[in-house]
Amino acid sequence: MKLTKTGEGVLRKFDMDEIMNCMHCGFCLPACPTFRQTGLESYGPRGRIALMKGVANEKLSIDHEFEKNMFACLGCRACETACPAGVAYGSLIETARVVIEENKKSQAKPPLARKIAFEHLFPHPKRMEWMGTVLWAAQAAGLQNLASKTGLIKVLPRPLAEMQEAVETVASPKERKKRQLKMNAEKEKLFTVGLFTGCVMDVMFYETNQATARLLTKAGCDVVFVENQSCCGALHAHSGEMNGAKGLAKRNIEAFEKANVDFVVNNAGGCGAALKEYHHWFHDEPEWKERAMAFVEKMRDANELLAELPPLSFTKPMNVRITYQDSCHLAHGQGIRNQPRELIRSIPGAQYVELHQADSCCGSAGIYNMTNYDMSMQILDDKMEDVKKTKAHLIVTSNPGCLLQMKQGIIRTGMQDKIEAIHIMDLLARAL
Amino acid sequence: MQTTGMKKDSKISPVMKKQLQSIVGEKWYLDSPNDLYTYSYDATPIFQSMPDAVVMPGTTKEVSEVLKIANEHQIPIIPRGSGTNLAASTIPVHGGIVLNMTRFNQIIEIDQKNLTATIGPGVVTADLHNAVEAAGLFYPPDPGSMRISTVGGNMAQCAGGMRGLKYGVTKDYIMGLEYVLPSGAVLRSGGKNVKDVAGYDMTRLLVGSEGTLAVITEITLKLLPLPETKRTLVAYFTKLVDAAKTVEKVISSKIIPATMEFMDQGTMKVVDDFAKLGLPLEMKAMLLVEQDGPEELVTRDIERIAEIAKQEGASIVQVSKTMEDGARLLAARRAALSALSRLRPTTILEDATVPRSRLAEIVEEVERIAEKYQVQICTFGHAGDGNLHPTCMTDERDKEEIHRVELAFEEIFHTAIRLGGTITGEHGVGLAKMNYLHLKVGEGGIELMRQIKEAFDPNNIMNPGKIFANSERRRLVVKK
Repeated sequence: MKLTKTGEGVLRKFDMDEIMNCMHCGFCLPACPTFRQTGLESYGPRGRIALMKGVANEKLSIDHEFEKNMFACLGCRACETACPAGVAYGSLIETARVVIEENKKSQAKPPLARKIAFEHLFPHPKRMEWMGTVLWAAQAAGLQNLASKTGLIKVLPRPLAEMQEAVETVASPKERKKRQLKMNAEKEKLFTVGLFTGCVMDVMFYETNQATARLLTKAGCDVVFVENQSCCGALHAHSGEMNGAKGLAKRNIEAFEKANVDFVVNNAGGCGAALKEYHHWFHDEPEWKERAMAFVEKMRDANELLAELPPLSFTKPMNVRITYQDSCHLAHGQGIRNQPRELIRSIPGAQYVELHQADSCCGSAGIYNMTNYDMSMQILDDKMEDVKKTKAHLIVTSNPGCLLQMKQGIIRTGMQDKIEAIHIMDLLARAL
Repeated sequence: MQTTGMKKDSKISPVMKKQLQSIVGEKWYLDSPNDLYTYSYDATPIFQSMPDAVVMPGTTKEVSEVLKIANEHQIPIIPRGSGTNLAASTIPVHGGIVLNMTRFNQIIEIDQKNLTATIGPGVVTADLHNAVEAAGLFYPPDPGSMRISTVGGNMAQCAGGMRGLKYGVTKDYIMGLEYVLPSGAVLRSGGKNVKDVAGYDMTRLLVGSEGTLAVITEITLKLLPLPETKRTLVAYFTKLVDAAKTVEKVISSKIIPATMEFMDQGTMKVVDDFAKLGLPLEMKAMLLVEQDGPEELVTRDIERIAEIAKQEGASIVQVSKTMEDGARLLAARRAALSALSRLRPTTILEDATVPRSRLAEIVEEVERIAEKYQVQICTFGHAGDGNLHPTCMTDERDKEEIHRVELAFEEIFHTAIRLGGTITGEHGVGLAKMNYLHLKVGEGGIELMRQIKEAFDPNNIMNPGKIFANSERRRLVVKK
């Protein structure tokens, strides 16, 4: 694929100063899960930045290989934590993907499935809800089991076939209708918070959102479910669909401005990192940048806010061994590492055991486990070896993608009767 | 095609490519433009040059067969580990095959009876540390890059580290090697014998040979018992000379600390910004001292060093309470180089070294030289062994400034030699310092080294263009 005129135009998007800040010391390499799997320079952050530099200097072309290299990155940002030179790798890889997508658009049509997902599904809460209804109906009718038993499942592509086993029963439409749009603090009210419900989160993990709201009311917050909010846009941004991402961001900013809350709370590490970076998305739109800043200042991860509020009083002790897998975008993206661990430790009876390399990506990484299935599963299998060694009964995560990946890992290793994967908000709610 | 990075006239013919692929397997032969580009650099700023192929052998036999083909066709071979070296020793300046040895990453044996470890050259240094320490043993060399650099790379450059003062450097721990000559012959030198004087010491010759003589395929290392405990002390000074005097006084009092690290004010500021240590930034210099060994000895030494530092004018002296406290400070020192790179886009680090009695002189000279050429140089390094890292923060896009940086470093190297020192203490010569080698070893020394190389490598395929200057080429090597 040749560099087209558009291609040359998009090169200017690269922040050359940021690229030059990488002094190729290699400190990032041992932190990078894809480098650890392959041992190839082009699968590590240092190599990817070099390739960006090659493209920006027009020594390399924006071709299929460049695309493969850039999309093989999990975007876990463990390299940012490891980088003493402070290179903002996350924004570099996002730019690289924008450059790739814009170059492609100037040449050919994107794959239909991707177009449907990004333009016609994630951005529309009603459609996501409808998807949820379909999923619920299928589950309720036992289609999933039937499909598994009869081998019909084998006609599904392997990534989807494996993953559907990991998906739990979603909430019924009737149950979802029962949601109260406002829940009052159970003790003296300290704050009013708006819950960011997310797209996938609210369909597949409706109960987790409800649990989060309950925990917040217990801790002294009025919780409102703000209407007209939408998907955070992280998946779009990570895939190079920056215009789509910005459109969603604007909708969320507007919706929460109207709600007039003290804090906006989310419970998905991946969404949270994107929500906290909205102001970076609008560097060329000053008015929106300012509104985004105000939104970002109110944004808190649920772990972060619960750790600051008066301690929750748990009434149901849990005499189990618990370990925790960091969400990359919570740990590396938002620097939230201690709070979830402290919350888990505060459950009476809980025996906390640290997972070796807990902050190393599990391989889920948004839709990576579908787009790069083999690599994702290699990383997951290594992760499960470490999980086994903890001898924990529960593995706790704080992001829906990680949770699904852990569930899948448990199935892959046949540990269903030994260990359960659970979102931290559901765990905490269980102990209330 | 706009892939101007790719050479049109690859030295590797389609037939050779097939042969090489059948030796190592297609998976381990890389030659796409992107793969070649990612092996065109190492951790040395500015230098870059494209290889014709990257080959990743998995066995000694494969190495031997690849070398035979390369030798027959006179294709350059550039052995490489993680590419963290700072002398541009792994830049394929004449193209050819980058021989990536990272698949040789097995710890073959930890021999508790002989206190040795036998490993592949691709083992990451920190992984070796972890493995031997789990067995209560100790491998002292600890280059700043140890979390990713390979022992083979450490060996090729004879890497040093922070424990050089008491424990020496990589060459002091290499007991035996298996190596492959360009002819394909597989040879061994040394072994587990503590005493072994059978003929010339080929092991010592190969250590630090920067991949110009042979390809190392197995390394036998000397191990020590793991020290019982360690303690760290930090001293801050308002005058550089007081820090240097402290170093001299400690050693002349017959105390040899494991580590004695120096950081100037500029480095302290940047490291503090990175590691948030709360260093007293009004100070001109700090010394970081670590002693290890039996508890009683460590306590006694650290107390005496604290006294000496105070006598020599230290404003603040702190002794770490726990091993963890000390480890935190040392981690900050390890990050100094990378943290300095936050200041400007290009960070050029050198390792001019002097006898430790001339420490204060060289540090002051570096300050004078930086002023003279109007360039920003911070200095940190291994004060205890006189091995300093004057580090220049610059921007490779500014050609005029880069020229001044070159002149400044040239003067620093001449100054080090004048003070009885050397042009490189632990990084090696590579491309970066080949124009200065004669200052240290003389023309006669260079000629003898050339003849030794010819005996090993008559066709000059092993990492050609390194160590020996063949032109007036300086830093600006970015080849098309």
